Amino acid sequence: MHCLWCHEEIIPEVTWTNLFRIHQEQLLCSTCEEQLPLIPSNGCKRCSRPVEQKEVCEDCKRWESSPEWRGLLTRNISVYIYTPFMKDIMARWKYRGDYILISMFQHHIRQVFSRTLSQQEGVLVPVPLSEERLRERGFNQAQAIAELLPLPIEHALIRIQSEKQAKKSRSERLQSSNPFRLVKPIEQPVILVDDLYTTGMTIRWAAQILKGAGATEIYSFTLIRS
Amino acid sequence: MINDQTIMNYARFCSGKLLLRQELPFSNEEIDDLIRKHYLAEIPGIIETWSGYRCNRCGNEKNHLFGIIPRACASDPVLPHHLLSSSEKSTLRKYFPFYQRKLQISNSSSQPYRHDIYCRKCIEMGRVSTFEPLYRWDGPSVNLPTIQHACRWRGKLTPFQKQAANRIRTAIQQQTELLVWAVCGAGKTEMLYPGLNWAFSRGFRVCLATPRTDVVTELYPRLQQTFPSIEIVPLYGGTPHKDENAQLVIATTHQLLRYNHAFDVMVIDEIDAFPFHADPMLPHAAGRARKPDSASIYLTATPRPKMKWKFRVNLLPAVFVPARYHGHPLPVPQFVSVLRLRSCLKKQRLPEPVQIWLRKQQASKRQLLIFVPTVEDAHLIHSLIPDSKKVFARSPERKEVIEQFRLQKIQILVTTTILERGVTFPSVDVAVIDAGHNVFDEAALVQISGRAGRSADDPFGEVVFFYQNKTSAMVQARRSIQKMNQRAKHTHDYCPTEQEE
Ligand SMILES: [Zn+2]
Ligand SMILES: [Zn+2]
Ligand SMILES: [Zn+2]
Repeated sequence: MHCLWCHEEIIPEVTWTNLFRIHQEQLLCSTCEEQLPLIPSNGCKRCSRPVEQKEVCEDCKRWESSPEWRGLLTRNISVYIYTPFMKDIMARWKYRGDYILISMFQHHIRQVFSRTLSQQEGVLVPVPLSEERLRERGFNQAQAIAELLPLPIEHALIRIQSEKQAKKSRSERLQSSNPFRLVKPIEQPVILVDDLYTTGMTIRWAAQILKGAGATEIYSFTLIRS
Repeated sequence: MINDQTIMNYARFCSGKLLLRQELPFSNEEIDDLIRKHYLAEIPGIIETWSGYRCNRCGNEKNHLFGIIPRACASDPVLPHHLLSSSEKSTLRKYFPFYQRKLQISNSSSQPYRHDIYCRKCIEMGRVSTFEPLYRWDGPSVNLPTIQHACRWRGKLTPFQKQAANRIRTAIQQQTELLVWAVCGAGKTEMLYPGLNWAFSRGFRVCLATPRTDVVTELYPRLQQTFPSIEIVPLYGGTPHKDENAQLVIATTHQLLRYNHAFDVMVIDEIDAFPFHADPMLPHAAGRARKPDSASIYLTATPRPKMKWKFRVNLLPAVFVPARYHGHPLPVPQFVSVLRLRSCLKKQRLPEPVQIWLRKQQASKRQLLIFVPTVEDAHLIHSLIPDSKKVFARSPERKEVIEQFRLQKIQILVTTTILERGVTFPSVDVAVIDAGHNVFDEAALVQISGRAGRSADDPFGEVVFFYQNKTSAMVQARRSIQKMNQRAKHTHDYCPTEQEE
C-alpha cells in the first residue's frame, strides 16, 4: 500500500486495538492523516466557521440582515478548515484533476454528515460546473462529494456563467447576476453540496433559485469552510 | 487552411513534441485538419497491458499510480446535448470521447457503469487519461539555422577541462555517449562550449537537462551571454517561456516528457541526482526526447555504482576531470568521533567536540554550512546555535534564506541534504552532524564536501564529519576524494597541457 497523497509506503502497524480493523484499507500514511484539519464542532451555528464565544458569526449576521438573503440558507455544514495542506490537496484534486483523492476524505465526509444532517430527508443537489469547466476537468467535484452521501442526487441546476467570477470580491459578486438556472424544480428540503464555502455567495445564488421553485428548506454541505 | 506554406508555422511549435490537446495553441478545426492530413497523430494516453495499464507519456506501469474517474461522476444528465447542432455533436464525438460517452449515457435509459483511467504519476504536467489522448507531430521538421562561431566565451580552459571538452565535442560529432566524471567545482559548463559551438554550426538542436529548477534559471542568462546569436529557451514548472523550436532548450528533467525524438544532442547534468537516479520515468523521458541518432553527454561528480560499472567494463566511454578549475585539491573531510552524539542531542545539548569546533571556526572569516540528517535535527541544531538560520525542502522562506546566505548576511546555516549539490557559495566551511546517518550515502557526502573551497580567491575550506558510528559511506567518500586529488596531481605532469589540436 502506498499513501494516496505522498506515495510513501504504508506499513500497517498491528496493535490490539486495530487488530480487527486491519483489513480495512488504509489510504493515507499516519503523517498525512494527522494533517487533515477537521473543523471544530463548536463553530458558528449557521455556517460552521470556527469562531470564539459566539453563536453566530459576523458573516452570517451580515447575510441575515439583508432582506433579500435572510433565512434562505438554514445551515451550512463543513468538514474541514482551509489550511495550506488542504490547499495543496485541492489544487491537485480540482485543478490537476486527480479525481481519486476524494477517497481520502470519504471517511470524514460520511462521519460529519451522519452526525449533523442524517436525520434530514430531502435530496442532494451538487452545485454544477459550467460545461466548459466540466469538460476540462472530467468530473464535478461537488458531485464527487455528493456521491458519498446516503441521499438521492438531483441535478436541479445548470451553470450558465463561467466560474471565472469565483475570483471576484464579495461586493462585485453581489452585483453580478445569478450564474445558475433551474432545470428541475424540487418541492422538498434540499441539501446543496459543494467543495468550498468561502463567502457563501455561490450557495445562496443556488438556494435562491431552488427556493423560488418550491424547495421547502435549504441546507448546504461543503467540504471546506475557508 | 493548412497548406505547404503555413504548415511550417505549425511545425515550429509542434516538431519533436508529444503534447496534450490543451497544450496545442490551435483551434479545434486546425487540429482536425492537421490530423486528417497526417501531420499530427492522435495516440492514446493510456493503454492496457497484460498486467494493468501503461501511460504513454511517462511510461508509468505501477497500478497504484493510476486513478479512476467513474463516468457517473461526470455524467450530467442535463447536459444540453439537444442544443447542439449535429456537426457540433460529431466534432465533440471525435475529439472528446468523454462527451461521446456522456451523450450515450444521457440518451440511454439505464446508466451503464463506466470509468476512465488516468495517470497520477505525471499529473503535474497535465492529466493524461483514456479520454485525454496525446498528440505527436508527424509532419515535416523545421531546419534550424547553421551558425558558425556562436560561442562568445573568451575564457581559457584548464588542461583538464580542455581534454574533457575535446572528448565532448568528439562525442557530439560521432553521435555517441560520453560520461563526464568531473569533481565538484570543475567548471563543467565551460567544458561544453566547444562541443555546443560545433553543434550549432551544424544546425543541431540541443537540450541541456538538469534535475533542478534553480540550475535552469541560473544557466539561462549565462548561456545567453555565451551564445548571443542562439535562440535559447528555459523550461521548468511554471515557466513563462514557450519553446518554438529553439536551438538550445535548458530544461528540468520533467519537461522532457513533452518531447519525442527532438534533440541531436542531449546533455544531462547530475545524472546521478535524485530524482533522476531514483525514478525510471526520467530516463524513459530522456531516451524518447532525443533522436535515435544523437549524442548523449552525462555529467556527474558522483556516478552511481551502475554507471561506474558500465564505464569499467567499457560499455560507456568516460572522461575524468579530477581537478577543480582553480587547480587546488578538493578539501578532504576530517573525521571526528563523538560518543553518545544522539543521546546528547536528545538532551538538547550540542556535543562537546562540536562546540569546540564551532568556537574555533567562529574566529575564521568563512561562513559555515552545517548539514544534518533530518528536518527535526535542523530545528534542534538551529535552536542550539545562536544566530544561525535553518533551511529544509519545505521551509517556507527557503529561497530567501539561501539568498541571504549567498549575500553573506547569515553566518551559520543549518541545512538538510537539500543544499548538498548545485548551490555554490564562495567561501564556506562545512560540518556534517551525525555523518553516519543513513541519509548520507557516499555520493551525498562527496557532494557535501564539494561545497567547500569553491572560489579561486579562497580555494581552501574545512570539512568535518561528526559521527557516532563510522559508516562505509563515510570511508568511501573520503577515499574517493583522495583518489581524485591523487589523480589530479599525478596526471598533471603528463596531461596534454599545451597540446593544441
Ligand atoms: Zn502520506
Ligand atoms: Zn457563520
Ligand atoms: Zn503518466
